Amino acid sequence: MTSRLINWFKFSSPASFYPLARKISLVSTVIAVVLIAVGLYMSFFVAPTDYKQGEGYRIIFVHVPASWMSMFIYVVMAGWAALGLVFNTRLSAMMAQALAPTGAMFAFLSLWTGSFWGKPMWGTWWVWDARITSELILLFLYLGYMALRAAIDDPRRGDRASAILLLVGVVNVPIIYYSVKWWNTLHQGSTIRMNQESTMEETMLLTMLIMTLGFWAYSIAVAMARVRTVILERERSTTWVRELGGGEI
Amino acid sequence: MAEFFHMGGYGLYVWGSFGVTALFMIAEPLLLRSRGRKIRKRIAHIARIEREVNP
Amino acid sequence: MFEPLYWIIRRDLTIAMRRRSDIFTTLIFFVIVVSLFPLGIGPEPDTLRLIAPGIVWVGALLASMLALELIFSADHRDGTLEQMLLTPQPVSLLVAGKVIAHWLVSGIPLVLMSPLLGVQYDLSWEALGTLVVSLLLGTPALSLIGAIGAALTLGLRSGGVLLALLVLPLYIPVLIFGAGAVEATVSGLGGQSHLSMLAAILVASLVLAPLATAAALRVAED
Repeated sequence: MTSRLINWFKFSSPASFYPLARKISLVSTVIAVVLIAVGLYMSFFVAPTDYKQGEGYRIIFVHVPASWMSMFIYVVMAGWAALGLVFNTRLSAMMAQALAPTGAMFAFLSLWTGSFWGKPMWGTWWVWDARITSELILLFLYLGYMALRAAIDDPRRGDRASAILLLVGVVNVPIIYYSVKWWNTLHQGSTIRMNQESTMEETMLLTMLIMTLGFWAYSIAVAMARVRTVILERERSTTWVRELGGGEI
Repeated sequence: MAEFFHMGGYGLYVWGSFGVTALFMIAEPLLLRSRGRKIRKRIAHIARIEREVNP
Repeated sequence: MFEPLYWIIRRDLTIAMRRRSDIFTTLIFFVIVVSLFPLGIGPEPDTLRLIAPGIVWVGALLASMLALELIFSADHRDGTLEQMLLTPQPVSLLVAGKVIAHWLVSGIPLVLMSPLLGVQYDLSWEALGTLVVSLLLGTPALSLIGAIGAALTLGLRSGGVLLALLVLPLYIPVLIFGAGAVEATVSGLGGQSHLSMLAAILVASLVLAPLATAAALRVAED
């Protein structure tokens, strides 16, 4: 038991995590490429045409995974932030920092694809629907985190200040979501039913699942590659990075 | 083939979504790679200078 | 326990009274922003009555956000804040005191001014009453939540704009329930449920926000 505990803390040091991150990143890249390739094939050639929405529904195969990832990554970042504040480990803050751009990208893609889905289905590019509005606010939260991170020069202050912001944000996300939902139901005009009444076919669900897992692997691969860059940028004056300096890094 | 790209009249929307998503998910790793190369080059550069100063 | 709270409030109020221009700047900003909308939208009373709750509320929200930097910046600059953090009193209590004082000088004037602006938009007496009550419950919550952002951005180069980016998304629930209360009164539904949600948000932020602000201040002054 104790040996396992020590093992975990060993990897909380950037120097020992650095080579491990490379391995994780490589493996996840392979998984992501395979899963997304299979998912794309299924999206276009296996999943049948929806009898109500025609071919347009195929957008959900990127829209839903992107939305899920954007929400999930924010929660994971908050988890790393809490860990960093409790154990005072640098790596946790670096992990949160490495995940943020990917999360923001998925939030943006969720809005973009949602808008491209909405245009043919509802006739407008943008609707102030509860979910879309919440996704937009989530994007703002990502941007706020990244802006705060970038504005603080001292890395230790940056780590802890942005960790506090993430925790405040994650407490607020459900409150924001429910208030937006309430606001939306009160203004009946723009209520939209996003769950199609037609039951999803099994192949559709399976395709969505494969795409989601592919996006998941993609996020891990990119975050691991980015955390390596962040480690190098922040630890460039330490001896272990210097020793790497001459050889292969 | 043309029918495939037409997507039953939804071509613009389907390809607009998939295309932009693909664009972002290809651009992000590429940008990241150039950022990584930059810092690695810099570290190698500093290491080289240090070796020259005190071999 | 509440003695330090009293002294902090008293001290901050005394200082604020010596620099009254800050209060007026916030208030004038509120009045100007709210008065700009009819010029941009047009003078039809029916339209204005419809959009009044949202506009007055967004104006109050922006005005109180502009005043946020004043909570800690002066004490940070002259080192008082650092000394305060070293005192044996719990930091969250000091924070609560400073936020309350800040709200008394920057929030209360907005609340008092709001009925006049509501009249410009031809709101009924009932709606004006709800507007005042909703701002009375909402603006302290805005100050409490905003204090977290003010503490996080303390002393940073791009502090002001960054503060807006951090704080505005967190203000959304307050805005929804605040403007919603007035709107519900206008449409005859009654704003009680909105007001009780606002009160709940106020209580929650009164308990939680000073803790986060205190943590952020310790990080900033470290």
